[in-house]
Amino acid sequence: MILRLENLTLGYDRYPAVHHLSGTFAPGRLTAVIGPNGAGKSTLLKGIKGLLPTLGGRIALNAEERGRIAYLPQQAELEPGFPISVLDVVLLGHWRRTGAFGTIGPNLRRAATAALEAVGLPGFERRGIGSLSLGQRQRVLFARLMLEDGPAILLDEPFAAIDARTIDDLMAVVCRWGEEGRTVIAVLHDLELVRRSFPFTLMLAREAVAWGPTETVLVPETLERLRRSSETWDENAALCRREYSDGV
Amino acid sequence: MAYDLLIAPFADFAFMRRALVACLALSLGCAPVGMFLLLRRMSLLGDALSHSVLPGAAIGFLLGGLSLPAMGLGGFVAGLTVALLSGLATRFTALREDANFAAFYLISLALGVMIVSAHGSNVDLMHVLFGSVLAVDDLSLLLVAAIASITLGGFALLFRPLVAECFDPGFLRAAGGAGAWVHLAFLVLVVLNLVAGFQALGTLMAVGLMMLPAAAARMWARRLWALVAVAALIAFGAGYVGLVLSFRFDLPSGPAIVLVAGVVYLLSLLLGRVGGVLPRLIRPSHFEA
Repeated sequence: MILRLENLTLGYDRYPAVHHLSGTFAPGRLTAVIGPNGAGKSTLLKGIKGLLPTLGGRIALNAEERGRIAYLPQQAELEPGFPISVLDVVLLGHWRRTGAFGTIGPNLRRAATAALEAVGLPGFERRGIGSLSLGQRQRVLFARLMLEDGPAILLDEPFAAIDARTIDDLMAVVCRWGEEGRTVIAVLHDLELVRRSFPFTLMLAREAVAWGPTETVLVPETLERLRRSSETWDENAALCRREYSDGV
Repeated sequence: MAYDLLIAPFADFAFMRRALVACLALSLGCAPVGMFLLLRRMSLLGDALSHSVLPGAAIGFLLGGLSLPAMGLGGFVAGLTVALLSGLATRFTALREDANFAAFYLISLALGVMIVSAHGSNVDLMHVLFGSVLAVDDLSLLLVAAIASITLGGFALLFRPLVAECFDPGFLRAAGGAGAWVHLAFLVLVVLNLVAGFQALGTLMAVGLMMLPAAAARMWARRLWALVAVAALIAFGAGYVGLVLSFRFDLPSGPAIVLVAGVVYLLSLLLGRVGGVLPRLIRPSHFEA
């Protein structure tokens, strides 16, 4: 899937958090989004998925394409005390096919079982989600993402507070998504991991500091530029009118 | 002796039989509603809504007298209005849902007390506030049974989106599921069941048969269907025992039923298989095992 941003500005309550972003995410490849807290990384993913209105510019996607994008938010909203089995959580990944009322047949069930095996949780179907560790829970959510079968997959800090072994296993899943030709965009903080596994990187500090092949982005000059720009940005910058002739 | 105490009241008196059937219908409707309120961490919302039905019930009472359909319709409209206004305020302002619910239900409650005190006597107010399961007539029984049926059918229909919305609201939003509609349909079911409950238990007690069995059931079961089934059993058991006690010792039936449910809740805290106090103490720690 081709994800193209055209002079995109996103934000909350008319205060922009991401300004004037233009470019195309390498289709069928893995792109890491890096930048300090408050740089607009999560905002960007929400904007692409359509959970935030654009304040200016556009994302070249129609509603049908946008609906097929799979999105894993930063874990916050999950209700781990809810009495739901691992299998039922994974089966939610079929939502686009089943909706609220569709039947879940043996094929869809088999796909869920296979996904659980692929993320290293074979035989966990009947376990309650509340009995799992944080890492295991993240594995379950990755299994659900696999079932969503999205041509593009957005991951917002998927490895925050996750142990190394789990990250390795889940990165194998992410790399397979790349091999399958899915466009993957992941917000990450571990630059070593980015260098090792992500061929493309977007360095974000409200605006794109650098965007391209990882080996050209993660160089001392741009990292220094990132550090300086994040020290000077204005939390309450008003929406600027640069390049928006029609007003916003 | 046991027959006299446990069965005779129901064999001898039609009003006791009707009360028992009303309790059964209430238990079936209130159990899933209470369980989902609990699981959504909205335990106190039922309470807020139960207070907010008062002005509607009072207006219904003034127009139609002590008739459940008139009071029920009024209460339903008032409860739903509070739910909708709170929802709208949450969506369009910075205040959160709990604050808006508290604000609107207090307005509604004050309005209700105002209407009742201006136009009725204190006895009337007591009727609206405390209800009487022993005065359930056939029409009221039909209404309570219809609401229980609608509730069970509604839950069967809404089950998947409701579970998804409770467990992971962000996912449902991203997947394009209609989270707002599910939430609204759920609130309609909550208000309906409060209306069903208030003839039997009164506006204040109606929520007791919703939340106490649900909270107690949490201490006994882990799976969702089992939680709802246990809650319904506890609710009906409390209804039965409460009616017997109320008949035997001439106690007001509503509070008797809710108090029995309360005792079950307290015992469950102590003895419950899933995280109760005593099982925790008795279970050997793994250093000794």
